[in-house]
Amino acid sequence: MTTTVPTPADSLVVRGTPVELVDVVKDYGSGARALDGISLDIRPGEFVALLGPSGCGKTTALRAISGLETIDAGHVRIGGRQIESVPVHKRDIGMVFQSYSLFPHMTVTQNTAFGLQMRKVGRAERDRRVQEALDLVGLGHLGERYAHQLSGGQQQRVALARALVTRPRVLLLDEPLSALDAKVRVQLRDEIRRIQQETGITAVFVTHDQEEALAVADRVAVMNAGSIEQIGTPEDLYLRPATEFVAGFVGHSNRVEGVLEHGRVQVAGQELPALPGATPDGPVVAFVRPEDVHLAADGLPGIVVSTSFLGAARRTVVRLETGIALTVQHAAAEHPETGDLVRVAFAGQPVAVAARS
Amino acid sequence: MTAASGAPVAGVSPTGTTPPVRRAARGRYGATPAKATGAAVLIVVGLLFAIPLLSMGWFTLQRVGSPGITFVHWLALFDPAQSSNYSDLFAGVQNSLVLAVIVVAIVLLLLLPAMLLAELRHPKAHRVLEFVCLLPITVPTIVLVVGFVPVYQVLQQVVGSDPWTLSFAIGVIVLPYAYRPIQANIGTLNLTTLTEAARSLGASWPVAVWRVVLPNLRRGLISSCLLTVSVVLGEFTIANVLSQNTFQTALLLLQQTDPYVGALLALAALLFVFVLLVVVSTAGSITRGPRRRKS
Repeated sequence: MTTTVPTPADSLVVRGTPVELVDVVKDYGSGARALDGISLDIRPGEFVALLGPSGCGKTTALRAISGLETIDAGHVRIGGRQIESVPVHKRDIGMVFQSYSLFPHMTVTQNTAFGLQMRKVGRAERDRRVQEALDLVGLGHLGERYAHQLSGGQQQRVALARALVTRPRVLLLDEPLSALDAKVRVQLRDEIRRIQQETGITAVFVTHDQEEALAVADRVAVMNAGSIEQIGTPEDLYLRPATEFVAGFVGHSNRVEGVLEHGRVQVAGQELPALPGATPDGPVVAFVRPEDVHLAADGLPGIVVSTSFLGAARRTVVRLETGIALTVQHAAAEHPETGDLVRVAFAGQPVAVAARS
Repeated sequence: MTAASGAPVAGVSPTGTTPPVRRAARGRYGATPAKATGAAVLIVVGLLFAIPLLSMGWFTLQRVGSPGITFVHWLALFDPAQSSNYSDLFAGVQNSLVLAVIVVAIVLLLLLPAMLLAELRHPKAHRVLEFVCLLPITVPTIVLVVGFVPVYQVLQQVVGSDPWTLSFAIGVIVLPYAYRPIQANIGTLNLTTLTEAARSLGASWPVAVWRVVLPNLRRGLISSCLLTVSVVLGEFTIANVLSQNTFQTALLLLQQTDPYVGALLALAALLFVFVLLVVVSTAGSITRGPRRRKS
């Protein structure tokens, strides 16, 4: 099967707009704040993912930008203009929702044309732009279908076309992939990234799936309990997590207790370089990635507790003599059995550390 | 749509190996009945409805005091010379129709906005609204009316005692019938997301409701309005106790003087409501475009 990748027509290419959140507070009045003074500076044309566990405030932050949620303090700026008091329908945003949001009484074409009708775009131009937007998401031939005649993935594609057709200043995506099955999710994820790069639109993408966030975003903001823990490129977050929470949330890590001294950390009797950070010398928790631990001929002895096949690799949990359980990632060809005696060694990569209380 | 035919029954392997013994014990729950059974049920139920109606029709064609059939009772209704006998009836019909219009307006302009507000803006009000709307069905009409009497004594001094004032009382007793179809329709939609999507695309609140919410509630609204009309046209107790002339009260008076015309009008009213109900049940399938299909 050959697929041609549609390129956006000129009508869909936009100049990205900067988006800023400045000390934004949202308090639902039930204890903890949903947004506890978060600030976020999104550059024109940038793709930022808000990543965090459910209830961390990421969706609230997105809805604060869209205007669907009012804020209690702080500022929201789109294109340098303060917009806290601008109602949703005048903010010039495009939004894709988690649940299917196509209007059931309208066809795909009518759905896509809705935003243009609201902006009183003439019939001829409307038809042209709708067709271009649908072509961009690869559904130009399904214009006469109704939402219930489309698969979940197709519905979200139409929702994306509908959000982009008005050439909004910012595209907001609220977990748009979470209702889809795994294969479609990856396809559409890559497509969203392609379309965002081609149209040059500023995009904010909310997700609880770290793999999704790392795959699509230029920068990822990891959120926890209403605050941004760290914002950085996917590489930054993965290789240089700033906090214990980020290290634990982004990617898989072994949490091992150790002692930090002069930039090196003592872990399970071995010494590893620590990532530069503000952690003072003393007792720490070190975060060691499974791929930075090997099965080796000589190393720390332990017993295999479990092992699971991941396709390209295999992950094995080894309980060391000291009682620490380490997850080791190794080649799939190596196949230790549960109960085997093995030896593990650290690769010596710098590890993230956080102070231990 | 038949779910039973062709679909593998749980517990039976698709390869056709011996089915477990439990299959027979399970019976045919949820299965489509055989055609003959369906036809038999339809015929019995049909007869149950048709026999009284046909008997009524037959009765209206009887000659007074002698055998044979005549259309004289039907013609009398449209005879200008006898129109004074029926003036109360025609006034009653007119009052009932005016009431129907006002009560439908109450449903659309008061109940519907309240339901939408509860759904979209104040979810906590949802249960209160549901309780209030379903309450009238649990109270016998006569009990309600006894309560209404003192209210109407005050109301009379404010707005007079024209027949249309009954719409306030009837507006209360139609609430359960008007509420349910709309709520059932709302339940099939995710109105919050739909309105948020519309607003994010540039629609103000009123435009979002007009362009997105109402078209999707069409089915529920049609059912609700037709049920409301049939309740208004069938309502007797309130009008009688509050001494108003409506179709039902006029019919009762007429029945006492001329049983033939009484039966004739009762038949007409029954057929009218029957047609209304048929319209209600098919209203869903006449919406634009193809309807929901199993995916």
